[in-house]
Amino acid sequence: MTGVLNVRNLTAAILVIGLVLLPVYSHLAGDRFVLTLFTRIVIMAMAATSLNLILGYGGMMSFGHAAYLGIGGYAVGMLAHEGIYSGFVQWPVAIAASALFALVIGALSLRTRGVYFIMITLAFAQMAYYLVSGLARYGGDDGLTIYKRSQFIEPLNLSNKIQFYYLCLALLFATIFLIWRLINSRFGMAVQGARSNETRMRAIGFPTYRYRLACFVIAGTLGGLSGVLLANHGDFVSPAMMYWTRSGDLIIMVVLGGMATAFGPLIGAIALLLLEEFLPLIIKVAGTPFFGSSAAARGSEYWMIVMGPLLLLVVLFARGGIDGMLAKLGAKVSAKERS
Amino acid sequence: MRKALFVASAAMLLAAGPAVTPAWAQQKTIKIGFVSTFSGPTAVIGNDMRNSFELALDHLGRKMGGLPVEVIYEDDGQKPDVGKQKTEKLIESDKVDFIAGYIWSNVLLASLKPIVDSKTFLVIANAGPSQVAGELCSPTVFSTSWQNDQTPQAMGTYMNSKGVKSVYLIGPNYAAGKDMLAGVASTYKGKIVGQDLTTWPSQLDFSAELAKAKASGAEAVFVFYPGAAGVQFLNQYAAAGLKGTIPLYTAFTIDELSLPLQKENALGVPGAQQWVNDLPNEQNKKFVADYRKKYTGLRPTFYGAQSYDAAQLINSAVVATKGNLADKVAVQKAMEKADFKSVRGNFKFGKNHMPIQNFYLQDVVKDADGQLVLKTVATIVKDSQDRFHDKCPMK
Amino acid sequence: MTLFFEQCLNGLQFGLLLFLLAAGLTLVFGIMDLVNLAHGSLYMLGAYFAATFSVWTGNFVFGAVLALAATLVVGMAVEVIVMRRLYSRDHLDHVLGTFGLILFFDESVRLIWGPAGLSLPLPPWLSGSVQILSGFQYSAYRLAIIVVTLGVAAFLYILVMRTRIGMLVRAGASNREMVGALGVNIKLLYTLVFGLGAALAGLAGLMQAPILTVQIGMGENILILAFVVTVIGGIGSIRGALVAALLVGVLDTLGRAFFPDILRTMLSPTAASALAPALSSMLIYLLMAIVLVIKPEGLFSAGNK
Repeated sequence: MTGVLNVRNLTAAILVIGLVLLPVYSHLAGDRFVLTLFTRIVIMAMAATSLNLILGYGGMMSFGHAAYLGIGGYAVGMLAHEGIYSGFVQWPVAIAASALFALVIGALSLRTRGVYFIMITLAFAQMAYYLVSGLARYGGDDGLTIYKRSQFIEPLNLSNKIQFYYLCLALLFATIFLIWRLINSRFGMAVQGARSNETRMRAIGFPTYRYRLACFVIAGTLGGLSGVLLANHGDFVSPAMMYWTRSGDLIIMVVLGGMATAFGPLIGAIALLLLEEFLPLIIKVAGTPFFGSSAAARGSEYWMIVMGPLLLLVVLFARGGIDGMLAKLGAKVSAKERS
Repeated sequence: MRKALFVASAAMLLAAGPAVTPAWAQQKTIKIGFVSTFSGPTAVIGNDMRNSFELALDHLGRKMGGLPVEVIYEDDGQKPDVGKQKTEKLIESDKVDFIAGYIWSNVLLASLKPIVDSKTFLVIANAGPSQVAGELCSPTVFSTSWQNDQTPQAMGTYMNSKGVKSVYLIGPNYAAGKDMLAGVASTYKGKIVGQDLTTWPSQLDFSAELAKAKASGAEAVFVFYPGAAGVQFLNQYAAAGLKGTIPLYTAFTIDELSLPLQKENALGVPGAQQWVNDLPNEQNKKFVADYRKKYTGLRPTFYGAQSYDAAQLINSAVVATKGNLADKVAVQKAMEKADFKSVRGNFKFGKNHMPIQNFYLQDVVKDADGQLVLKTVATIVKDSQDRFHDKCPMK
Repeated sequence: MTLFFEQCLNGLQFGLLLFLLAAGLTLVFGIMDLVNLAHGSLYMLGAYFAATFSVWTGNFVFGAVLALAATLVVGMAVEVIVMRRLYSRDHLDHVLGTFGLILFFDESVRLIWGPAGLSLPLPPWLSGSVQILSGFQYSAYRLAIIVVTLGVAAFLYILVMRTRIGMLVRAGASNREMVGALGVNIKLLYTLVFGLGAALAGLAGLMQAPILTVQIGMGENILILAFVVTVIGGIGSIRGALVAALLVGVLDTLGRAFFPDILRTMLSPTAASALAPALSSMLIYLLMAIVLVIKPEGLFSAGNK
């Protein structure tokens, strides 16, 4: 595990370079959809990274993180619906709204522990879900189409797919960097300390409740920012963005990629969303020689029957997620080198 | 072993790569994207639409205007955001010439922007939100179904003719549900004593709403619940002792998919529809007979009939323009003529590209073999046009 | 007045049904410390088994009994094959792993029974309605559900409070290591408890089947409500689950029934009818949040977790 050049870092570097160069590939291959798909992946990765701050480092198992996606998204959607398109208004409002929401529910939820914490964060997210479902003016259950993306001053134009992709990517890297700095600061050490032994941290004199709350609010705010991006990317917001299964998806990304690691959530988001996109195709291609193309095509509609056990296998046999697997692989490689 | 698996799946991903990138130098094919629900409880509807679309292609010899046809089916999972993403994939990655399908109003509304922006031709085979007929109408967007309000409007008219004095309305709380209840209210002349919109699609127990309807003293109940929810509603209506006591009027609640599950609970419950399986025209007889031959044990539904018509409409435009789809204006002109034999009997398009068509009263009866079937009883309205066409800015 | 009474009965019936689901969850939760999202899948399986077996046997009651046995077997098999390996993990692993199980069960059901769903017709003696008071009819089947679930609740109470297994269960809920130290065959106890939870979920599913038809994903909607009940009641407490289930059932039903009218007195009719379903769905979550803020470990916490 020593040395800068190990398998984990190599993977992270390849990922970063790949993501940076993706628009070039998209342009050369003439495939614009790759860019659309990866913009979504980058945004979800940012949301997962923000969740990782509380889930992985802070040990706060929030089952309501999708609520921030919705709040950030609806701030953009509602303002656009009222004719306010300026990003200089929309974005600060979205960030303030999600920070406030995180502050209120964090203050209440952090009184509870364990499963109760999981459930109370879920409860607040569900309340937010039902609240926007009831806003008939803003589309209710059906959601709201956004006809104009957030406006900034030239030359920044979010409707330009390449520009928008790079903006999302830059914000993702900024988020990863910010959280990395945070975790390695005194504040981050205290929050991580509170995860393993809160009583001791409090005894040393750390106001653990306030620290954890601050951590919760930062994660929520970053989640809200990803919501802003998601709304602009989809040109559409709907209550479904904040349903509990979406919070579940975010948790899966974090755990699948590797909790409490800098690049784990990004790896998890890529893995999960690409699997969702391509697993049907893989089944179809792999099944065709054995069952014929039409049977394989029909079989590919049952891709979740493969996806489910796959998740289970990751939990059972790949502790630490994909990142953990890479670390193990790296340990093997370096052991071989030494011998 | 794990490593080998990983390598194998990575190789498969790479091998699958070319399949998703566009094919450049092939012979010209007509590419059609079809978005519907193929997973989850409402997948039965999507399957019926796909079956009917495939049957139409069979009837056309799998060619349109002499060119081979390729259809790419995409599953929206009944979720607006997923539907939108699949639509974008069809436009940007597969570069389809036409898109068809869409069961759900909310999925359609979410997916509309990329379609209109890219000027791709869209044939809606079911959903009919009022916006698409009105302010969001577009030169490249057509429908072979109806606008949501039309069917319940016909039902309202029918209830007037039956002399129903008061009614209680129940429906799901999403775009189509609200349109349906508004549709009845717009033609029905009696008193609406109450209405309930229920959480969609999660709420399945209607005991609280049924108790309220009973207590309201309404003479009749009108209901709209598509798919499995319609089965649940009729079961609970009977169990609450309301069937036979308070007459029930429906829209899109009883069809060939739900009837085998609703059974006796649906007997004698009327509904309004623009297509019924026994409509006496040649094209329809062929459609229904061949469908039952090709897909043993199944019967086509109105969802299927609309999808069959969607394929025929696309074909009529390809034939009329001799496959020159680059001329968007010519394609639009050809489609506006609706020059094909519809299984509902021929219809014309309004200037908002919504059909102007008849609506029939259907009833559930027992056929000669004692099986429950849907049967046309009467024509409720002739040449009905949706009430939003004035809001459409197209000429 | 009869309307209010009828809605209370509806709420009671719904609450008792939730209790069946929550009882299994709270036992598994309390004793094995396992968050089982796949509990809803067992509910679904119970319904599918009942619909299949009652066609085979031609008898609703036989079908139900067979379905109960089948769900019990599936539950124990799932425990032995998968769940056992998850106990030592943290809650996040539980969430992820059992979420994978949901996908697997949903798709398997689609593969075996097809996407269309099934229907489970009631026998004639249950499909009518019963006169309770003069001028007040109530669905015979819903009454039957109330009677059966009350019976099950009594059975559970006796099982947990008066038998040796129950004593172990209670001991396990408050202190797991203790029970192991007593030399009890923990593995077997866990399998039995999980099987019992599965059977209760299956019972809830098969009883709900004639009202709600049998379809894929039917477990997911009700699963979250069952979790809400479990948490409000306090994890590991059967009594808490019963109280919370009734509270949630009645609140949800009355909210849906009367909330729109209350809103209509304050807002315009159109705004009220659009907002009411959303707000009444919120009520139960609001209840849970309030309970947890005041009592962070639920109403009747079984141990010091």
